[in-house]
Amino acid sequence: MQPDAHLLIRKGRVLDPAAGRDEVADVLVENGRLSRIGASLDAPGAELIDAEGLWVLPGLVDGCIRLSEPGGACTGSIASETRAAAAGGITHLGGLPDTDPVMDNAAVVQLVYEQAEKAGFARILPMGALTHQLEGEHLAEMHTLHQAGCVAFTNAGYPTTDALVLKRCLEYAANFDLPVVFRPQEAALTGNGCAHDGRIATHLGLPGVPVDAETVAVARDLELVQATGVRAHFHQISAAASLRLLRDARERGLPVTADVSIHHLLLNEHALEGFNSLCHIQPPLRHDRDRQALLEAVADGTLDVICSQHTPLGSSARLAPLPETRPGISGLDTLLPLLLHLVERGELPLERALDAVTAAPARCLGRPAGRLEPGHAASLCLVDPEPRRIPGEDWLSAGRNSPWLETELPGVVRLTVCEGKVTWLSD
Amino acid sequence: MNWTEDDIRQLLDRLAEELRQQLHDRGIRDYELVGIYAGGAWVAEALRERLGRTREAGMLDISFYRDDFSRHGLNPRVKPTRLPFDVDGRHLVLVDDVLMSGRTIRAAMNELFDYGRPESIQLVVLFDVGRRELPIRPDLCGEILALEPHKRVELHGPSPLWAELMEQTRQG
Amino acid sequence: MTTEPPSSEVQLTPGGRLRHFLAIENLPRSLLTEILDTAAGFVSVGDRSVKNVPLLRGKTSVNLFFEPSTRTRTTFELAAKRLSADVLNMDIAHSATSKGESLLDMLRNLEAMASDLFVVRHADSGAAHFIARHVTPNVAIINAGDGRHAHPTQAMLDMYTIRHYKGGFEGLTVAIVGDVLHSRVARSQINALLTLGAEEVRVIAPRTLLPADVEALGARVFTELEPGLRDADVVMALRLQRERMQSALLPSEGEFYRLYGLNEDRLRHAHPQAIVMHPGPMNRGVEIDSGLADGERSVILHQVTFGIAVRMAVMSMCVSGQESGEV
Repeated sequence: MQPDAHLLIRKGRVLDPAAGRDEVADVLVENGRLSRIGASLDAPGAELIDAEGLWVLPGLVDGCIRLSEPGGACTGSIASETRAAAAGGITHLGGLPDTDPVMDNAAVVQLVYEQAEKAGFARILPMGALTHQLEGEHLAEMHTLHQAGCVAFTNAGYPTTDALVLKRCLEYAANFDLPVVFRPQEAALTGNGCAHDGRIATHLGLPGVPVDAETVAVARDLELVQATGVRAHFHQISAAASLRLLRDARERGLPVTADVSIHHLLLNEHALEGFNSLCHIQPPLRHDRDRQALLEAVADGTLDVICSQHTPLGSSARLAPLPETRPGISGLDTLLPLLLHLVERGELPLERALDAVTAAPARCLGRPAGRLEPGHAASLCLVDPEPRRIPGEDWLSAGRNSPWLETELPGVVRLTVCEGKVTWLSD
Repeated sequence: MNWTEDDIRQLLDRLAEELRQQLHDRGIRDYELVGIYAGGAWVAEALRERLGRTREAGMLDISFYRDDFSRHGLNPRVKPTRLPFDVDGRHLVLVDDVLMSGRTIRAAMNELFDYGRPESIQLVVLFDVGRRELPIRPDLCGEILALEPHKRVELHGPSPLWAELMEQTRQG
Repeated sequence: MTTEPPSSEVQLTPGGRLRHFLAIENLPRSLLTEILDTAAGFVSVGDRSVKNVPLLRGKTSVNLFFEPSTRTRTTFELAAKRLSADVLNMDIAHSATSKGESLLDMLRNLEAMASDLFVVRHADSGAAHFIARHVTPNVAIINAGDGRHAHPTQAMLDMYTIRHYKGGFEGLTVAIVGDVLHSRVARSQINALLTLGAEEVRVIAPRTLLPADVEALGARVFTELEPGLRDADVVMALRLQRERMQSALLPSEGEFYRLYGLNEDRLRHAHPQAIVMHPGPMNRGVEIDSGLADGERSVILHQVTFGIAVRMAVMSMCVSGQESGEV
């Protein structure tokens, strides 16, 4: 276990979207607590870090990752993946319940907490199963799971076909004011689809996932949110048509937030050309019009959060023809570099981009993280935005399933502090 | 060095005469001409006229029988082999323009045997450049040439027929 | 971002020669014409008493059929044998070796047996590309049908048939009728026709049997049969699988026939000299009427004959492309 950090970070550009702060200042961390942000601070005994030309950001919060432990489809371990997170400036991770065994009981939640604690690289915020075994038939013990530390409830990528069961789940969650996370994709309309039902799927002969597979689910879920009054978050919106539904819901005053994966902001359906299974993800990469609409929705706040959709897969998961490969991209290593890449391309303003990976996801998960708030345990990272690097050269996730391994991307994380402990330090 | 239309005509005249004589000497009255595409087919046609035959000469495209196929690939302009007669039991006169390594002739004989079992095959060529790689010699030849290693001879046609000496490009 | 090279790059040597035959898309017109010309040379071989030529003597061609198809496998087998190659039939349609690493393990084993050519049929789109990317450099892959993606040799034998009867592609209007959504044949046909310069390619089907954004393939879309057939020079029917009724894409075979089935009477809307084609096996009385299938306009049996010559052409071109040393 690391000792509590005692640091004076000098003359960095402090960017804290939650506080609207963007100024050159010193940041003092004493005994793991962020004690002060200000000009020319002095702290005898603190380790001095010269941050001139560097950015001081709140620790990043990745709202949605698939856990490598226990069991399940993903490779690696909680230790390997949280280490990759720390190296990427990430301090908090929302973990999905589709583990094996499923996170529908307190023991699994406990195990995830313990493994993360033992590794000491990042805080995992577990999301409990909404239904027993994620089977969509019986309510999970949400209250017990909440007591064990689950921050929200979701059926992850598994369908909740029975609307009555779903409605009961939402009523039950609302009863204890627990947030529910939807991953909207209508199973029957998705079928065995593995690509956006459009031009590229047609060319390659790949079974398609139509946009209405998402919008039908979003529309139904929103009606049930309205009926039950549950707090709701929507994972991984991929289609422009869903945004209209979300905006309507917001206007009606529904307590709804939403996220999008960084990949859907950068890539469109063309990424699958040549049967590129590295870009096989669910929901699929869609038309470029969708991508542009998603970017606008992040900019205007309709989409609150950008997440990595981290899904580390072993190499064997890709050794098959595209329709039989497991969908997913290993995303922790590249969340921040890709975000900076988007900003650099002028596709997203810096402040909103940073908010979407810090304060916004923390707010959606109901956790006091993603901000530089004096008086609280320090979670921050120190980023050099200038140097460019090839992610594949010092990749840390156990899953190397990423289309970005060989792409030069901006930004290097020099230091990460998670809840008062130094979790990453590089030269 | 070049062979004009006149030169070639004289060569062909003599070759036709020698062929007539040889067939006579061997007591062959009924026979078929087979030219190898493209130059050999031109020569076979010229001989057919001179021998006063009405029957069309056969034409062989040996592309599918070449032993250097994997090195050079197929010629996409493969002409279908056309043998307007039954090969079985016939006397054949196989005609080519230039005899070099002998590989083309071997391929042509392989192909002929896939059509049937001829009674006999005689080989007639316009030029023999004597760069033999296989034990194949012509029964009759228009002219024997001793070429420098980097030279080859090429027949142009079908009308007029003339020939020239060229730099060797590739083994063929 | 890491991208996959375009399929033309996978299929061709740097010198532009064929080394794998996976799909029609992005291949130049000159190469498709070369395949047709080469096939023309092989057609006459089938008329001889000895039907073999020694072109691929000593080579081994492996039929890797992960999806059963006796017909297609037989034509590839015959084509390989006429080229004097040895043929190995792997019966893997029902075995467990069709997925993941075990698929690659099997490829390694076959390579170790010094195979030269894999003829691949697989239920997944992209399977032939996947295998082509993972075999050693001197093995050529021929796609004998992958999922809904491509069936390039079928399309090329159809092109051969069209050129044989129509003399060429300039000015031709070709109508493709039936289940375009699930058809690898239709995709390859459309690509080939457009590359070879056909004037107009039409697809005729109900919306439930058309893929999304089907216009992107370059075809004109008709949901009614008769306007779609109007003045067409070539009419190609597609096979309708019985499963389509179970998956709620069509109400019944009977209604499909009434709306989209081809018969003599409906063909009156096409050009008087129009020919009728079908990739086989036919469902008589579903997509095509028996009288029409066996009638004067039908060239369906010739398609089969030409199919062997086209496969001989593709096989010999791929092997010589692999051995040309340009990799």
